[in-house]
Amino acid sequence: MIETKDLSKQFHDFMAVEGVDLSVQSGQILALLGQNGAGKTTTVRMLTALLQPTRGSARVAGFDVTKNGHDVRASVGVLTEHHGLYMRMTAVEYMDFFGQVYGLSPSGRKARLENLLEYFGLAEASKRRIGEYSKGMRQKLALARALMHDPGVLLLDEPTSAMDPESARLVRDEIARLKSARRTIMLCSHNLTEVELLADKIAIIYRGRILIQGSLEELKREVFGAPEYVAQFAREWNADGFELPGGMEMLEKTATSFKVRVEAPGVSNPLLMKKLAEESAPVLSFHEEARTLEQVYLKVMAAARGKDYAQ
Amino acid sequence: MLNKLRPVWLVAGRELRDQVRDWRVLLPMMILTLLFPFLMNEFARETVDFLNQYNANLVLDRLVPISIMIIGFFPITVSLVVALESFVGEKERGTIEPLLTAPFDDWQLYFGKMLVGTVTPLTASYTSIGLYLWMIHRQGLVFPDGLVMLQLMLLTTAHAVLMVSAAIVISVQSTSVKAANLLASFIVIPVAILMQGEAVVLFWGNETILWLAIAGVVIMSLLLIRVGIAHFEREYLLGREIDTLNLRWFLGAFWRNFKGDAATLGEWYSLKVGDSLRRVLPALMVIVALAGVSAWLSYSWTMDNASETISRASEKDLAKIEESIGELPDLASMREHFSASFLFMNNTRSMVVIFLAGLTSFSVLGVMIYMLNIALIGGVYALLELLGIAPLPIFLAGILPHGVFELPALMLGSAVVLYIGAVLVTPQTGKSMGEVMVEMLADWAKIFAGLVVPLLAVAALIEAYVTPEILARVMGGL
Repeated sequence: MIETKDLSKQFHDFMAVEGVDLSVQSGQILALLGQNGAGKTTTVRMLTALLQPTRGSARVAGFDVTKNGHDVRASVGVLTEHHGLYMRMTAVEYMDFFGQVYGLSPSGRKARLENLLEYFGLAEASKRRIGEYSKGMRQKLALARALMHDPGVLLLDEPTSAMDPESARLVRDEIARLKSARRTIMLCSHNLTEVELLADKIAIIYRGRILIQGSLEELKREVFGAPEYVAQFAREWNADGFELPGGMEMLEKTATSFKVRVEAPGVSNPLLMKKLAEESAPVLSFHEEARTLEQVYLKVMAAARGKDYAQ
Repeated sequence: MLNKLRPVWLVAGRELRDQVRDWRVLLPMMILTLLFPFLMNEFARETVDFLNQYNANLVLDRLVPISIMIIGFFPITVSLVVALESFVGEKERGTIEPLLTAPFDDWQLYFGKMLVGTVTPLTASYTSIGLYLWMIHRQGLVFPDGLVMLQLMLLTTAHAVLMVSAAIVISVQSTSVKAANLLASFIVIPVAILMQGEAVVLFWGNETILWLAIAGVVIMSLLLIRVGIAHFEREYLLGREIDTLNLRWFLGAFWRNFKGDAATLGEWYSLKVGDSLRRVLPALMVIVALAGVSAWLSYSWTMDNASETISRASEKDLAKIEESIGELPDLASMREHFSASFLFMNNTRSMVVIFLAGLTSFSVLGVMIYMLNIALIGGVYALLELLGIAPLPIFLAGILPHGVFELPALMLGSAVVLYIGAVLVTPQTGKSMGEVMVEMLADWAKIFAGLVVPLLAVAALIEAYVTPEILARVMGGL
């Protein structure tokens, strides 16, 4: 698991990260979103005990990052922004080197690297120098390295950024598998669709501060309010006298549709359906108004910038 | 313990494999290693032949030990690139972060890099020397004797370790490979100068001094390794600083450390100078203790050796000494020869020399100069005793009046130098080496300007105007 309290980092007079509180449990994926330079990499580097926090604390895999740096580093797998591959080595040599670094036995190393290279489609190229690899292959190898010692905590910076759709899907599947294997995963990404698919929790960081965090549903509710549903009718239907169940608010009404805000969809929506059926309303469809993570992100960022400008 | 060393071999092994696959590193190293012994041999032979035409009678055998030393040195300078780019090269290629996030301790990473940085130049160096020895054998020249050969090999190894230690420090602290390579001259030039001195010693054939030189180089290497580890910060290896001379930052940081919030001279003394003095206090205690040790050692050495030397001296030598003494100014005319400004400038210059010598040697040379100064007092005291003159009245009259100010100034100035050396070899968490250096410079400047210079000024005035009077009266009465 990952726990941070008031985690802050100052470089000279620049506050790179300030007061970050995060909690990621085993089997959870937290996505950390933000612009370039917002403080994502600095946060990850503090969590890998590479940077000493100026203030606050962080525990990763049960170890304090300031006191047990060595144990933290042994427990995490990191996919860094720069993949850090040794171009004159082959993939096998590279993986074997890191296997040795993490103290794996020779047979364990062999089996593990063969599995990973096979899974990521690098087995055929495993004897070629890394310098000859394509960008996507390099990224897959870097990810394989991060997984080599089967770490309990994974910190992944843009895991699919340079990959073709097929490889990206492969990586997403692996991340999902790791999640179900109770790994703690922190993901830094600009790919919001991917985050929507994978993340249990999302935190948006801006100028070193966490602006908002929670599940996607929580974020949507916090940014846009309660979810909105649209009822579409097959023909004109007069909803003027129609009384909505409690916890619903009419937002828009046309001859063939209406839009409502629902505080508790689980409770109110079945009641609404029942009432519409009783009134013999010609319901064609009833669906939630789409609100993507991208919308949430853009709105949060716009609000943050507005605040900045105001200040 | 072996388990702790395993990561060191791992880092070194990987790096070594990388080096032998890079022809840009290998080729120049091989060319120099294999070609230089032939060139050196040919050059030495031509030189000897040329000089012998003019009855210089220089024997080629005499040049062999020096040639071995030079042949051992050159491959090190080329292979130094391995050590120079050990950390900064990885930083530039973006491979440093996975390495830093791996479960290595700082010292394991450091020694891993250092091991490969040392092994590469030493392999080249030993190969070159081996090749040259083979050529000597073929020419039927006399090999240096076993002890000299051992000294030469140790000296070559010590040079390699010294240069690599310095190169690794540079590599950790540099922000680019280019910067590291440019800074390499600060390693090669001093070692080349050092080697000139060692060459003289080799010609002279003084084994004891050569052993001392080896010991000195080893001590410097150990200090450099200590500095490197003390200032090894993962954070700075990941930094995005660029190689721009930031004079504004330097001056700003220096001024903040030098003046701080002090508004008046009194405040400056109590706040800033006081602060520095408190930091320097342990070093000052060591310096005071060293004064006692040096004075006592030189006193007893002089007492043990000088009388014998004087008794062995020929009449001609003694006459020469008397003549020299006669040339000394008498006390009455001392003021003309040693004006206050001359004394002040001379002592101030000495303090600056102690500082500069200390700064370039982690305080070792600075403290040695200080000890030499104090040793002079002990030696002169003993000499006076041997000449049958009661030394105490002369010392009380000739040294004490200005010494009360001059000796504390000397001790304070030397204590700061010792303090700087100690700080440099001590880990300073959260501070870059640049920040540490600026703080050290400010500490030295505060104590120098606030205490040493005023004390030396008072001492110079007393030495020029008061001491000669007192000494003349005391000596007149003796």
